[in-house]
Amino acid sequence: MFKFAIWIIFAIVIVLLPQFFSSLLSVSILNQMAIAIVFALSYNMLLGQGGMLSFGHAVYFGLGGFMAVHALLGIEDGNYSFSVTLIPLVGGLFGLLAALFIGSFSTHKAGTVFAMISLGVGELIAASSLILVSFFGGEAGVSGDRTYGPTFFGYDFAQDLQVYYLAAAWMFIATLAMYLFTQTPAGRMANAVRDNPERAEFIGYSARRVRLISFVMAGFFAGIAGGLFAVNYEILTEQNLNAVTSGNVLLMAYIGGLGFFIGPMVGAVVLTLVNSVLSHYTTLWMLYLGIMFVLTVMFLPSGLTGFLMMHRTPWHLGKIRLLIKPYIVTAIPGAVFALSLVAMVEMAHTSEAEFVFLGASFNSSGPMSWGVLVAIALASFIALRRSLPQLREAWAQANAIETGDQP
Amino acid sequence: MSLLQLQGLSKQFGDTKIIRDVNLEIQPGEKHAIIGPNGAGKSTLFHLISGRYHVSSGSILFKGSPIHNRSPFEITRLGLARSFQVTNIFPLLSVFENVRCALLWSMGYRYSFWHLLGKARALNTRTEELLEEIGLHARRNLPAGELAYAEQRALELGIAIASGAEMILLDEPVAGMSHTEATNAVALIRKVTAGKTLIMVEHDMNIVFDLADRISVLVYGEIIASDVPSKIRGNPRVQEAYLGEVVPGGSDA
Ligand SMILES: Nc1ncnc2c1ncn2[C@@H]1O[C@H](COP(=O)(O)OP(=O)(O)OP(=O)(O)O)[C@@H](O)[C@H]1O
Ligand SMILES: [Mg+2]
Repeated sequence: MFKFAIWIIFAIVIVLLPQFFSSLLSVSILNQMAIAIVFALSYNMLLGQGGMLSFGHAVYFGLGGFMAVHALLGIEDGNYSFSVTLIPLVGGLFGLLAALFIGSFSTHKAGTVFAMISLGVGELIAASSLILVSFFGGEAGVSGDRTYGPTFFGYDFAQDLQVYYLAAAWMFIATLAMYLFTQTPAGRMANAVRDNPERAEFIGYSARRVRLISFVMAGFFAGIAGGLFAVNYEILTEQNLNAVTSGNVLLMAYIGGLGFFIGPMVGAVVLTLVNSVLSHYTTLWMLYLGIMFVLTVMFLPSGLTGFLMMHRTPWHLGKIRLLIKPYIVTAIPGAVFALSLVAMVEMAHTSEAEFVFLGASFNSSGPMSWGVLVAIALASFIALRRSLPQLREAWAQANAIETGDQP
Repeated sequence: MSLLQLQGLSKQFGDTKIIRDVNLEIQPGEKHAIIGPNGAGKSTLFHLISGRYHVSSGSILFKGSPIHNRSPFEITRLGLARSFQVTNIFPLLSVFENVRCALLWSMGYRYSFWHLLGKARALNTRTEELLEEIGLHARRNLPAGELAYAEQRALELGIAIASGAEMILLDEPVAGMSHTEATNAVALIRKVTAGKTLIMVEHDMNIVFDLADRISVLVYGEIIASDVPSKIRGNPRVQEAYLGEVVPGGSDA
């Protein structure tokens, strides 16, 4: 019952979002988020749920996307006629076929063998996408137009907002389907095989077959995400199936948290936001993204969702408030430290004489500017270090079950 | 007809012969114990029967048809389940999920992705019952990896017996347990294997003589004796192989 309510709330939220974020830019970001959520969730069917580390998941996203664009072109040419709302399904089915073919030999083993094959296949497909020009369109890619074909209850999908509703509906269905999959025998055995493939065979299951099923499902949903991408951007290029895209979806799932169903969704939302905001302000955003990833792996191995979930115990004990002050006391010097480092990186990067950062103006080649920034960084770092013991103690207190507390 | 037949079974790793020309027949309903010194090849024998290892030569017949060199999951589906000497569970899954997964195949779910586990009444009831039987009901929501050692052994046993297989192979099921825990485990084994065929490797002679209808003694990969407990006790070759170990004597069995 509770779970049912969550899905209803989720549906209401995605329907209402464009009311609050109605500018062209925000709608385009919402569309990206919807696509990224489906893609990241499909990736987690492999890594988080199945224990298969893939470096080439963009292959199924991209192949699905290309097929979807070709389907759009087919509608445009009048070869056949069906609603654009079904285009993501075309992508999904093609992703499924590709995954069935590649999975038939790549899911034999998990671990390093699987990871290496996924990398190899990824490179292979990315390389052939530049060679097989008739399907992939070479460097320029393939573009289509989503406004042909029959309208859908008056929607012709000329506007991004209409595309949002299409993408959001597909995202909702795909998310629900992927969630339900985790509740089926095949989904649960995927976890079992991840944990201990050998024992799985001694309770009657072929580890390979279990992996293949997850792999094909992941390919299907990645293809749907690719199809949504095709509808949204009306163009696919080699970039959409290369290693960068594969790496990006890994980052989303990991930073969000592999161990939770909603982890990859959180990761997809946060990284889409970070990407579009950061890339607006700085050309170095890839660098910051990389640093974020390294910090997550080092300090938050269960991702942002895992970090939030750590607070369940204090929450149930009613002791969250004990943490507020220590968090602030740590966060302020932490933020200042991070910003001072960013300022130094950006100043080293800039070619102009005057460097403006957060309203402060620096002479980018002057020793004074460097001195000030280094001093701020040092001071904030010391303050950060000093604040940590208090935070640790508060954390211990907030998690301590005392007599009389309800656990 | 015998339920399980080992015929001229041998296994070698490189040049080292671990199992040498083993012949053994297990009758339906029999409780068979395999004893022998450390490194004799008892676990290796189990690995051969259950499909974890391929045989070097010889054959294994289960219900009359050959099963050697088939994959473990095929053998399991035929109704031959096993436990492991070194605990072999699903550490991140909850105790409940461990048991439920072990029930899935035998309850006909196969690779289904169209059944919801939450709605599978019979499956969930059976899981709860099994948890009750192995005494882990109170720990059902804990990740299996966080159980105490004896609890993990109980779970190991639970996973092996879940499918209700006709033949069950238990590799040192009570090793490392305290006396009380072992007594409970033996009672449990007796209960869940009633009417089934059991092969058990065990070092504790009291348990062996208590449970087994027949005992085989494996030394350096060879079965040097295979007989009813009272005959094994008096066998001079067994006494020799067990020099220094206490074989409970007396006429109480
Ligand atoms: N995969 C393997 N490769 C090489 N040698 C092996 C392998 N597996 C087992 N052995 C060797 O085979 C011998 C028998 O091992 P096994 O585990 O079957 O003995 P065991 O009778 O079960 O002993 P224990 O009572 O200690 O469990 C040992 O000497 C072991 O080192
Ligand atoms: Mg052994």
